[in-house]
Amino acid sequence: MTDWLTPEEWRAVALSLRVATVAVAASLPLGIAIAFLLARREFWGKQVLNGIVHLPLILPPVVTGYLLLLTFGRKGYLGQFLDEWFGIVFAFRWTGAALAAAVMGFPLMVRTIRLAIEAVDPKLEQAAGTLGASRPWVFLTVTLPLILPGVLAGAILAFAKAMGEFGATITFVSNIPGQTQTLPTAIYSFLQVPGGEAQAGRLVLVALAVAMAALLLSEWAGRRVARRISGA
Amino acid sequence: MTLSVAIRHRFPGFSLDATFDAPDGVTALFGRSGSGKTCIVNAVAGLLLPGEGRISVDGRCLLDTGRGVFVAPHRRRIGCIFQEGRLFPHLTVRQNLRYGAWFAPRATRPEDFGRIVDLLGIGHLLDRRPGALSGGEKQRVAIGRALLARPKLILADEPLAALDEERKAEILPYFERLRDEVAVPILYVSHAVSEVARLATTVVALDAGRVVGQGPVAEVLGDPSVLPSGTRDAGAVLIATIAAHHADGLTELRAGGQPLFLPHLSQAVGSTIRVRIAAHEVILSRTRPEGLSALNILAGTVGEVRAGGGPGAIVALDTAAGRVLARITRRSAFALGIEKGVTAHAVIKSVSVAPGDIGTGRPGVTEA
Repeated sequence: MTDWLTPEEWRAVALSLRVATVAVAASLPLGIAIAFLLARREFWGKQVLNGIVHLPLILPPVVTGYLLLLTFGRKGYLGQFLDEWFGIVFAFRWTGAALAAAVMGFPLMVRTIRLAIEAVDPKLEQAAGTLGASRPWVFLTVTLPLILPGVLAGAILAFAKAMGEFGATITFVSNIPGQTQTLPTAIYSFLQVPGGEAQAGRLVLVALAVAMAALLLSEWAGRRVARRISGA
Repeated sequence: MTLSVAIRHRFPGFSLDATFDAPDGVTALFGRSGSGKTCIVNAVAGLLLPGEGRISVDGRCLLDTGRGVFVAPHRRRIGCIFQEGRLFPHLTVRQNLRYGAWFAPRATRPEDFGRIVDLLGIGHLLDRRPGALSGGEKQRVAIGRALLARPKLILADEPLAALDEERKAEILPYFERLRDEVAVPILYVSHAVSEVARLATTVVALDAGRVVGQGPVAEVLGDPSVLPSGTRDAGAVLIATIAAHHADGLTELRAGGQPLFLPHLSQAVGSTIRVRIAAHEVILSRTRPEGLSALNILAGTVGEVRAGGGPGAIVALDTAAGRVLARITRRSAFALGIEKGVTAHAVIKSVSVAPGDIGTGRPGVTEA
């Protein structure tokens, strides 16, 4: 496996996979919670929350990365606080790349899950309530199983976005080989060097393969869940 | 009193002000669509918070706006059967049926499962998912799911409205068995007189958000002022016992000592049934008619005449067999001099009673 990729290329691929996995896993619970709030609750400031969630989709990624640097960098107030109290550092670490990837993928994830929740008939949730299920149980036993295809689709979209995230990542955590150099930033680096096309080409193939696998996986899982629900 | 309701609620352009008590058995909330039936059901289930009011089941207060009491829907122990079934599509029939037991493990009894599955005839469906069931099967599973949560009260909100006539005929007997074999009071919402006539022990008639009549089924359905004027499906309910099955294919009934002949019925001699006689199938005569092919002639006194907006009128005739409604033209009523207090004869063709209008009676609540 490793002999057709140089150790440097391999590190970039492995780091990208790790960054994307951690970004999705860490943001998924929050994404489901916010999608549920936006789909099912009315509260003051709902549109503001909706706007904040969607900002990374519309802002230039460089701006998002710079804002992350201001907030979570070593001098940023949140970054300073997290460093002093929990020893968590984002700036110029792979954790920072994961944070940037999570923020950039978040709107895609929330949008997809929100649509899935809105497609669930609230009357089913009411019926579960009359059978004795409290709200958290209704969510766990009725809503969550029914939105599973949407959750999966949202997670895979966010994963794909995380694998490809470039602008915010390079602005926030730079492009340090072995530390913060992900697949896209590595391709970018190779293309800056004369004769790096072969290396870049191999990584492009890896990116293609990962994207295709993610798509096939989501299709397959979605069909499986849909078949279960339709009863056939 | 099992269920006691007194609520007021204002919607834009509609106000609901209803007070009624529902004893054991089936209480039908009966009225046209838009009369406030569903609002009452939602308030009892806890899905609607009325502006003011009180609701209690078995002496347990579920809602009292004056004292700030509102019991959450999932703590009310009220089983709902909805028009659309609302089965959980991701669970099998078995899991749907057991759903309520997950949340009330101490209240439910495992032996109920087999009994209710048998009662509803759904044993062969247990491993399927709702997507693979017919409309009638879904509704039977929905009934079982509500029952197996061991509720104090069952709410059935137009449970047959989404089904075709054939499916309705398939489900109605299950509700009759529920009424006669399972000791859970049922609040049954319907706009169909024939369903109410077959199932209800007590009827609460609603019109435009107000209760316009409540009492035993034969009494309320026999009161023309309760029925929406001009209604085509007015009809009275007679409670009768089967006296004999005759060789020529007729079944002889006794209602209040009067003989009645109907096409062959399957119930055994001696059993109590209820028969709804549609008002438009009844002919009135001032003198006892002779030389008629109709077998059933009931003598009585006119209790009430209600003229509708159109050419028709509904006449209520009190006979020894019970109250019979006749739908005749106002012209005939005038020509025959039919008014409150005069004597008349109701003529009913045996074959005009639809099989769907004959239901099993309930011995405990048979009118004297």
